[in-house]
This record gives sequence, structure tokens and C-alpha cells, in this order.
Amino acid sequence: MSSEPILTLTNVAKSFGGLQVLSDVNFELKPGEILGLVGPNGSGKTSVINLISGVHQPEAGSIRFDGAEIQRLTPHARVKLGINRSFQVPKCFISMSVRENIEVAAHFSGHNADIPAILDDIGLTGMEATPAASLTANQQKMLDLGRALATGPKLLLVDEIGAGLNPAELTGIADLLKRIAARGISMIVVEHLMEFLNKLTSRVIVLSAGKIIFEGSLEDASHDPEVVTAFFGGAA
Amino acid sequence: MRESWFKRARAGLITAAVLALVFSLAPNVYNNSSLLFMMMTYIVLSQGLNLLYGFTGYLPFGYVGFFGTGAYATALLVMKLHLPIGLAIAAGPIASMIVALVLGPLLRLSGAYFSIANLAASQILFIVIGNPNLQDITGGPYGVKIDEVYNPTASYAAMVVLVVVVTLIATFFRRSRFGQGLKAMADDPVSAEMSAIPVVRMRLLAWLTSAAVAGLAGALYAWNLSVFYPDAVFTLEISVFAIVFALFGGVGTVLGPIIGAGLLYALYNAIGISEPQYFQLIYGVLIVGLVMFLPEGILSLLTRRGINVF
Repeated sequence: MSSEPILTLTNVAKSFGGLQVLSDVNFELKPGEILGLVGPNGSGKTSVINLISGVHQPEAGSIRFDGAEIQRLTPHARVKLGINRSFQVPKCFISMSVRENIEVAAHFSGHNADIPAILDDIGLTGMEATPAASLTANQQKMLDLGRALATGPKLLLVDEIGAGLNPAELTGIADLLKRIAARGISMIVVEHLMEFLNKLTSRVIVLSAGKIIFEGSLEDASHDPEVVTAFFGGAA
Repeated sequence: MRESWFKRARAGLITAAVLALVFSLAPNVYNNSSLLFMMMTYIVLSQGLNLLYGFTGYLPFGYVGFFGTGAYATALLVMKLHLPIGLAIAAGPIASMIVALVLGPLLRLSGAYFSIANLAASQILFIVIGNPNLQDITGGPYGVKIDEVYNPTASYAAMVVLVVVVTLIATFFRRSRFGQGLKAMADDPVSAEMSAIPVVRMRLLAWLTSAAVAGLAGALYAWNLSVFYPDAVFTLEISVFAIVFALFGGVGTVLGPIIGAGLLYALYNAIGISEPQYFQLIYGVLIVGLVMFLPEGILSLLTRRGINVF
């Protein structure tokens, strides 16, 4: 596997109105690597995902993916390059069936997706004709992930997929994400659940107030005074 | 495995053939061809509006602006440049698409904001065209006259062709991957982008197609009428009728706007002209009933029973 990073963020900054949500964000991601992105609410985790996926544009800095600058590309152009994401609140096409949700993404991305294999991955085999609107919230999350997989991503951005799941479901999702990564797909996983993240990766970035305050192992992060202060406030 | 193109288009081809047959033969059994022409005009307008609203969720309250633009472009090109009627008619949808391109930034708005802005744009067109100071260019409030090309038989036949073409376009929207992409965008534009759907480009395409349909309908209407005032082609009533007809039948389907326009325009002519006071009452009750009990149109009576509606 190449040691060249698949994704590089350099001095990325973003603000909304007068609120600076990200500043001087720098990090790299290697092919096939899983990176955890953690931080308190409002620290800018989802903003990082939004900037990489093209939902928002950075005001400064550069985002390089697979050797090319992508920060000015539209989201659909980035999908065609191999970036995709799931959403914290699943965004399925509710007027369509499960299969149509996946088919439409496969068709427009031009990726020859193995739809039965994706349905199997996301645990929706046998529910192809089920309207997406009648799925449970967790099934919709899985369908959202399936939609992303259908485009053949090289980089998958996973936004709080574990929220609201029970321990058995969390283990299932962690296994699925590990299987996906084993296929060579790089991943950035935004998560609040440290135990869940610990099953996936040892490398995390901690954000606080839009800045990276720690990069290293999850174990070391838990002992870092600045990280502890960011999460719990006051003196460590 | 996806069905063949012919299988997917079959229902549309049958619907178009039935419409062509009905409106070609109808003048032989019903001698008010003006009414039949207007019914076809409303089928086209409802379907054209459906292409935008039914497939992207954008409700163009000022849809009549494209109709009026098409009518005026055709009439003015015949009057001022003495273009042959065929060329002048072709210019109708082109003019409407140019207006749609200029108004393209409105697509950044959504919901009621888009509808209101679009309505305002159509009213601006109305005011500009009807401006007495522009009488030398547009005819101002005194309208336009192209009676030298008046040909009710040929314009009727052309409208039959347009009904067929619009039905086939709606079939394409309903049954193609392009239409599926539009449906995805209407459900969730952000997720649609993340499905590699070029949302802005496809929305613009639907907008231009919808505008061209109204522009061509306006061009044929101008040819059929040959003398008209700005009020006749820019009245808000045209937008309202197209919206109500499409909603009554069921937007997002091919048959809905056809059934809605056919039934309600027939009702309008049965009671609306002789006894307008009852017509207003009945129309009001219908609209209230529709919103309350059948917000997805009368075809939803079938879809609720699991019947797949085309």
C-alpha cells in the first residue's frame, strides 16, 4: 500500500458569519487508514467532514485528495473522485425503495456497484423493495452508508453512525467498518463513543473550538490535560 | 436488471397515442374546437408545470410568464420582422428559455420564497409588455395582431403534436434515470449531490424544459388566437389553473396533469361560463377538499390501494 497520503488538509479555515468554526486545521490520512475525529459538541468535527465532502467550501487552506486539490470542486465531482460520506441524521431518498436508493447513487457515480453485496453489508438483504420511509432510524443510517458505498469510495467519511445504537449494534457496525477499511477504503470516523472508536482505530485527532488540540493514540488522548479540559472543563 | 427502454416508455407511448387520437377526432363529434384547443393548452401547461414541480419540488407560481413570453415572442417576430410562422413559433420556447436562464438564480431559493419570486418575475414581464410607453415595440396595453397568419386548423394540429411531445417528455422524466435523479434531488439535495447527481445542472435542465414547454404552448396559442392583449397571456389565472389542474390529478405522475386538466377544464366549461358564481363555489370546495383529503391528487386514490400509477 502506498505511503503517500490519500488526503491532506493544510491550514484549512472556515467561519460562518462572525463565528470561526475551524482554523489552521492540518492533518493527513494514509490509504486504508481509519482516523477517529473526536471533540466536544460544537468543536468542528462535522464541519471538517462538510469541507472534505464539499458540502461547504473552506475560506482558506487547501484540501488535497489523491494528489489533486479539491477544495473548489462540487460535492458530486468529489464523489466521482472517490470521496463519500454518511450523515449524522440519515438522508435517504424517502420516496424511493431501498434498492432505488443504492441504484441511483451507483448509476450517477458511474460505479459498477455490486448491489446484493452492499445490501448484505448493510444488513438490508430481502428488503430491496421496502420504501426507505418505512425503515427504522438505524436502518436508514445503514442505507445512507450503503448509498455511499455504491459510489465506490476511496475515502469514506462516517459521521456519528454509532449514536443511538445498542452495544450489539455498535459491535456489528464496528465490524462492518473494519471490513470496509480492509478493502483499502480510508475512513474518517466522527464519533462521541470512545469505546466504539477504540474498536476501529488507535489514531485520533481531537478538535476543540475549531482547532486541533491533539493528534495521536486514543489512549494518550485520554491522559492529555488539554483534551481532558476540552471535554470536562476546568483544571485536569 | 433494468427493463428495456421500450418497456419503460410503453405506458407513455400508449397515453400519447390515445391523446393524439382523441384530440384529432374530437372536432368531428364536438364542434367547439376553441374549447378543445384550450383544453390541450391546459394539459400542456399542467404537464409542463409538473415537469418542474412534480419532479423537483419547485412550484412556479409565475409559470404564466413563460407562456406569455412565448406568445409575445412569436407575435412580435411575425409583426416586426415578418418571420414565417414556423420560425416565429420556434422562437417562442427559445425566448422562454432565455427568460428562464435570466431567472435561473431564483433556483437558489426554495419553497414559498421561490414561488413568490417567480410570481413577481412574471408580473414584471406583464407590466413591461403592457407598458403604454413601449407601445411601438410590444403593442403595449393594446396588444398584438397577427391575423395574416391566422390558421386555426394548423395551430390545432400543432397543439395536438405538442400534447404528444409533452406526454413523452413527462414519460422520460417519470421513467428514466434522469427522472430518478430529479426525484432524489427533491427528496434531499445534499444526499443527491453525495450520490454524484449534478444537482444544479439537472435542476436547471428541468427548469429550462418546463419553460420551453410553456413558451411553445404560448407560441401556438398566439398563432391560434392571432389577436390578443397582454392580459390574455399573462393573467395569473393561467398559472393558478395549471397548478390546480396538475395538483388535482397528481403531480410527479404522467397521467395526473392530463386527468386534472381534462376533468377540471371540462367542468369549467360546463358550469364556469354560464353560471360563474356556482363555478367559483364548486372550484373553491374542490380545492379545499383536495388539500384536506387528497393532497397528492385523485390518482393517490389508486396508489393508496397499492396500484402503481403511471
